[in-house]
Amino acid sequence: MDTLALLADGFATSLSPLNLMIVLLGVTAGLFIGAMPGLGSVNGVAIVLPLTFIVPPSSAIILLCAIYYGAMYGGAISSILLGIPGASTAVATTFDGRPLAQQGKAGLALIAAAVASFIGGTISVVLFTLFAVPLADLALAFGPAEEFALVLMAFTTFVGLGGDDKLKTIIMICLGLVLSTVGLDLISGQPRLIFGDLPGFYSGISFLVLAIGVYGIGEILYTIESSRTAPQVTPARITLRDLVDGIRTMNRMWRTMSLGSFLGFFVGMLPAAGATPAALMAYGIARSTSKTPASFGKGNLEGVAAPETANNAASTGSLLPMLTLGIPGSPTTALLLGGMVMWGLMPGPMLFIEQPEFVWGLISSLYTANFAAVAINIALIPLFVWALRMPFTVLCALVMVLCIVGGFAPSQKMHDVWLIAGFGVAGYLLRKADYPLAPLVLALVLGPLMEKSFRQTLIAEQGNIFAFVERPLSGTFIALAALFFVLPLVKYLRKGGARSIAPAE
Amino acid sequence: MIYKMTRRAALAGVASIAMIAAGATSALAENWKPQKPVEMVIMAGQGGGADRLARLFQSIIQKEKLSSMPILPVNKGGGSGAEALRYLKDNAGDAHKIMATLNSYYTTPLRTDIGVDIEEFTPIARMALDTFVLWVNADSDIQTMDDWVAAVKASGGEWKMGGTGTGQEDSLVTAMLEKEFDIKVTYVPFKGGGDVAKNLVGGHIDSTVNNPSEQMGFWQAGKSRPIAAFTPERLEVFPDVPTARELGHDIVYWMQRSFVAPKDMPAEAVTYYTEMFQKLAETEEWQTYTKDKALIADFLTGDELQAYFIEERDKHAAILADMEGDGSS
Amino acid sequence: MLVADRVIAIAIMALSAYFMWHATALPIGWNGMTGGPGGGAFPFWLSLIMLLSAGGVLVRSLGQEKSSQHFFDSQMLRSVIAVVIALFVTIALIPLVGAYVALPLFIFWYLKIYGRHGWLLTGILTLGTPVFLFFFFEATLKILLPKGVTEPLFFPLYAMFF
Repeated sequence: MDTLALLADGFATSLSPLNLMIVLLGVTAGLFIGAMPGLGSVNGVAIVLPLTFIVPPSSAIILLCAIYYGAMYGGAISSILLGIPGASTAVATTFDGRPLAQQGKAGLALIAAAVASFIGGTISVVLFTLFAVPLADLALAFGPAEEFALVLMAFTTFVGLGGDDKLKTIIMICLGLVLSTVGLDLISGQPRLIFGDLPGFYSGISFLVLAIGVYGIGEILYTIESSRTAPQVTPARITLRDLVDGIRTMNRMWRTMSLGSFLGFFVGMLPAAGATPAALMAYGIARSTSKTPASFGKGNLEGVAAPETANNAASTGSLLPMLTLGIPGSPTTALLLGGMVMWGLMPGPMLFIEQPEFVWGLISSLYTANFAAVAINIALIPLFVWALRMPFTVLCALVMVLCIVGGFAPSQKMHDVWLIAGFGVAGYLLRKADYPLAPLVLALVLGPLMEKSFRQTLIAEQGNIFAFVERPLSGTFIALAALFFVLPLVKYLRKGGARSIAPAE
Repeated sequence: MIYKMTRRAALAGVASIAMIAAGATSALAENWKPQKPVEMVIMAGQGGGADRLARLFQSIIQKEKLSSMPILPVNKGGGSGAEALRYLKDNAGDAHKIMATLNSYYTTPLRTDIGVDIEEFTPIARMALDTFVLWVNADSDIQTMDDWVAAVKASGGEWKMGGTGTGQEDSLVTAMLEKEFDIKVTYVPFKGGGDVAKNLVGGHIDSTVNNPSEQMGFWQAGKSRPIAAFTPERLEVFPDVPTARELGHDIVYWMQRSFVAPKDMPAEAVTYYTEMFQKLAETEEWQTYTKDKALIADFLTGDELQAYFIEERDKHAAILADMEGDGSS
Repeated sequence: MLVADRVIAIAIMALSAYFMWHATALPIGWNGMTGGPGGGAFPFWLSLIMLLSAGGVLVRSLGQEKSSQHFFDSQMLRSVIAVVIALFVTIALIPLVGAYVALPLFIFWYLKIYGRHGWLLTGILTLGTPVFLFFFFEATLKILLPKGVTEPLFFPLYAMFF
């Protein structure tokens, strides 16, 4: 086995004391950066990039990847503890992570997230090791039509189910999609929906602004109002026994986790798609194939495990096109690519042949980073859980400050902070009126990808709308999307449709 | 309340001392140094070519200790750089902000009325000119410019030309090609040059006018083929690729990579930054990078740079006018 | 509850109409020349769906009986409004007096006046937060927060930590 020998050489590099220290440092830093609402792997990598000139290139890229990994683990922490997704990849984690935290099971949810991340990361690193080079061509086969079909599929795995008020769900999806069109229209190069001439809207409305507003500020306002009538959030506690129990519970989720890992790896590998659709699809599939779909969204541990395996698997997957083709699938991998170029390494098809020590050193460091991340994460869980036990007013004040600063930090605009406050109040009112907020946030995340690839395809195909089904890959995805949409509907109509429709009208 | 009052009073006291200190240092005009981290505004989003280059500059500055305060990149890519231009305009006189530009520095104010006049900004330094090359997939039969023109004509307007957003550099070069050869292509806009390169190699589009840096990896792997360069002379890395000019078609187009500062930046600060970039241009890292990526490192500062900007803006106005005329007909 | 539902539905309808009006700045039809919809099409037609759906919610609510449940808990509503006002005042203050004055003031207000916590806790958090923000965001992550008039105060700190 050629691969194994190369990997062994790689471990010789990544297990050197300097590189081990770098991995530990990077993972810890990434964990805290990722746990901060508003900051994610992009910020971590961007900040450390200039420092990496000091160490040799292989150590530098190991540091960047360790931060990337740490931030992916950390994203789940704010999703679970505060209900604010720290990055778009962690949105799906809030759906069940937040309810678990409110039931006092924050520790369990955090353990599930850490273990699931580890499994997802490890399975995808193994896949990466074995198939990196042959799979590169698959990524190239993805054009705009396939991108559109894939995003559509991610969407329908979600929208097909859902027991909320149908009209209100439609309103929220449309609102999210409309908000996602704010800014510059790529195709015509013209600004649109900039509401008069506010320069702050030129760059569009970022996912983080909406998520921090709606889930951060909106949630706090909602809790303030309901804290008198409804019982307080159950205080979380964690013991060593919980930890062991938690890991044991995870043993029952192999099906969900392996599905999430494979799905995450393959979707993450496709440039432009990345970890967010992967996590959403994993969650949607876990819910629709579960025996108790109704328990999802109310604190089902599988609802945390599925997206967390998928988003970590996807973050490894997205390194694949970056290394083998030189195509970054996300802003973070684009920065990693930039880093490699700075050190005189040329990612692309020749990298595996010309720089084997570097490539295999990097791949082996993904294994060590994964181990380090899960160990550090689990060790820190008691600290995070303890933080939740603060009096409610103290927690509120601190979270509000974090929302303001975290909203400002990514693009450094006060405009975004005002938007967060506005979305917070609007989200609070909408939530009170029983409008579901998750479709709004999802539509904003997936909207830009969908519209862009839809219009690119139509331009390239001279307006032929059947192009989407004529191409084999995209045709398959469209068929799957239709299936995901129709299946729950059929299920719903067949059993007890009459029963559940009656009280709504 | 008492606590609050005393804290305020203390703050005020410290503030006034600091003000005096600040005044004292600014009197020493000759040795101006940034007093706080310098914001490097980037006219493009994270991960794109312009962003990567700006971060390379930041890294070299930090490594070679060319600045006493860190240079912090901030992306303001909204509206093809309109956001960045407006930001610079609103911060007139600020000595701690510089902006990394690309050609949208001219085209954005020309295409949409954002109330920005680039003549007001302070030019700092032009670091490099990026080049454009016509590319096709290595599997295609096209070997020369004539093959390409024939193929486009045979397709009857269905030839798919990929590039960055409408109104940005790639679409301008495409428009110049259409005009020169009297052809019509279908222009498919993508988010960035890397995206364009990948779609060419994947066979989703038929040709592109990528910068060499964007196609380099695929070219080395034998997956894409350069047809012609839009430069006055042949590029060092592609000695066998003819220029359009050699072939009798006068199409030359550059992407400039420069730094500018807000209107009325203090002269001492301008000198400081100009010197910093002068030193940067001389570093070994920068010189190898420009060589590898087929960039033309043509350093230019001061009034000459301003004259260059204005000349380029007028050229772009003409190209855009041509393009828009085309669209309506 | 019912009144609030109607008011929100009407507000969404108004918002949709406003979006539609802005969207018409770009072509909203199927553009035969380039193939595919124009730049305004997505926002326009999606806003229209939103308008119709909100109309549906409104019509549906007309047929419903008035419920005894109130939309707002009148006592707690006052706290929500107080917090929202404090939040907006804080954000408005940030560009003027800087994050390092506005945010501690907010924490002080929230803990001492709104939350009625003790001096010790309030003091620790009011002073601790800016210190943490400075070291985490500025010294470590190199993300500068707005300082407003307090900017010159930070020059010596910059010299020390950068």
